[in-house]
Amino acid sequence: MPKITYITHNKESHTIEVQNGLTVMEGAVQNDIPGIDADCGGGMACATCHVYVKEDWLDKLPKKEDGEEDMLDMAFEPKPNSRLSCQLTVSDKLDGLIVDIPSKQT
Amino acid sequence: MINTDALIIGAGPTGLFTAHQLKLIGLSCEVVDNLDKVGGQCIELYPDKPIYDIPAVPECTGEELTNNLIKQLKPFDIKFHLNERVDEVKRDNNNWFVKTNNDKIFLTPNVIIAGGVGSFEPRKFSPKECEKFENKYLFYAVKDKKIFEGKTVTIFGGGDSALDWAVELSKNSKVNLVHRRDEFRGAESTVNKMKELVNSERMNLFTKYQLNNVRGSDQIQSIDLKHDDGQTKNLETDYVLGFFGLIMQLGPIAEWGLNIDKKTISVDTKNFETNQKGIYAVGDICSYPGKLKLILSGFHEGALAARACFKLARPNEKYRFEFTTTSSKLLKRLGKKE
Repeated sequence: MPKITYITHNKESHTIEVQNGLTVMEGAVQNDIPGIDADCGGGMACATCHVYVKEDWLDKLPKKEDGEEDMLDMAFEPKPNSRLSCQLTVSDKLDGLIVDIPSKQT
Repeated sequence: MINTDALIIGAGPTGLFTAHQLKLIGLSCEVVDNLDKVGGQCIELYPDKPIYDIPAVPECTGEELTNNLIKQLKPFDIKFHLNERVDEVKRDNNNWFVKTNNDKIFLTPNVIIAGGVGSFEPRKFSPKECEKFENKYLFYAVKDKKIFEGKTVTIFGGGDSALDWAVELSKNSKVNLVHRRDEFRGAESTVNKMKELVNSERMNLFTKYQLNNVRGSDQIQSIDLKHDDGQTKNLETDYVLGFFGLIMQLGPIAEWGLNIDKKTISVDTKNFETNQKGIYAVGDICSYPGKLKLILSGFHEGALAARACFKLARPNEKYRFEFTTTSSKLLKRLGKKE
């Protein structure tokens, strides 16, 4: 199973095996990783599953849909490497992905 | 003070159908919601998005679903208290004393929380300095546009609210519009109007910038903007407006002595009562083993909670289960029979 590493804002690192087909958001929620709220449940409607993707991974991820960038406008401290983790579906290609969780979501 | 058999907090789909169930079994109810319109998340977050898993409704948008629920309530006279947030819920003998942020008071044996994921609040700027100026020189909504006349106003955001106000205020104020990227998600016609104003130098546009700091003692002197590339820019301004949409906060619900776990309220699935007698939680905000956050689950939960309300509202009567297809009493309430 692909391994995804979540780094919380206080630099705690959690590496979790996430099943193919789940999203990076679901991997975090199901494993009680703090800092990803996902209020809307993955509907790209709230921007509370916002993460920063390590730079070298940016090009390897599925492209953003229009709605994702719109929601990121509302995220807490968005950066060029911001993504909504509910839009990142885990596959073997994402094995080793590292994401930083912002200090808060709202 | 308003006396009612049940008070529903939240006018989303679950709250609306719960109101229907209460009225159908002959109880009175009132509905309070923090938003300015009925519909909850369906209207606020996805009015145009199709929903495919409402039983017997193959496809409908959030707005259509809301309109149909309102239509279903038509036979009943239900009072909605919009733009009001319930701030206080406390015991008063056999009743609950409920107070809103506008000091409206309800006395009721039953409170049904159908609050979704809490109340919607404006998303705020992240720099700490902003708090000090909030509601004086820094706003997340415009209440009185006159105060901006002849002043410099810096507006942040890329959606319709930011663009509409930027265009509107540019008539009588000096407007700076700041957005974190080059693309705007507002209506095309407003985006074009904004670009026209920028091209004719009646508005200043700064893209790929975000707010980094606010300077000033009593009032705002200037703000620091930070570009994506790390450089900062200082901008003189009298007022700052931020339009970053709404977020959901559990808010005052957390203070009512309920069992809360991860922003949800634990309930007994027999009647959706919380750990407090006469307070129920239904829809996305409640949790129990096997809970599904689906609209259809909210309908079921509301129907059961409504029956539980009967006991406390009519302690000397016995609730009798009836079908709308056959009960003349129910048909009468629905306005289908004299």
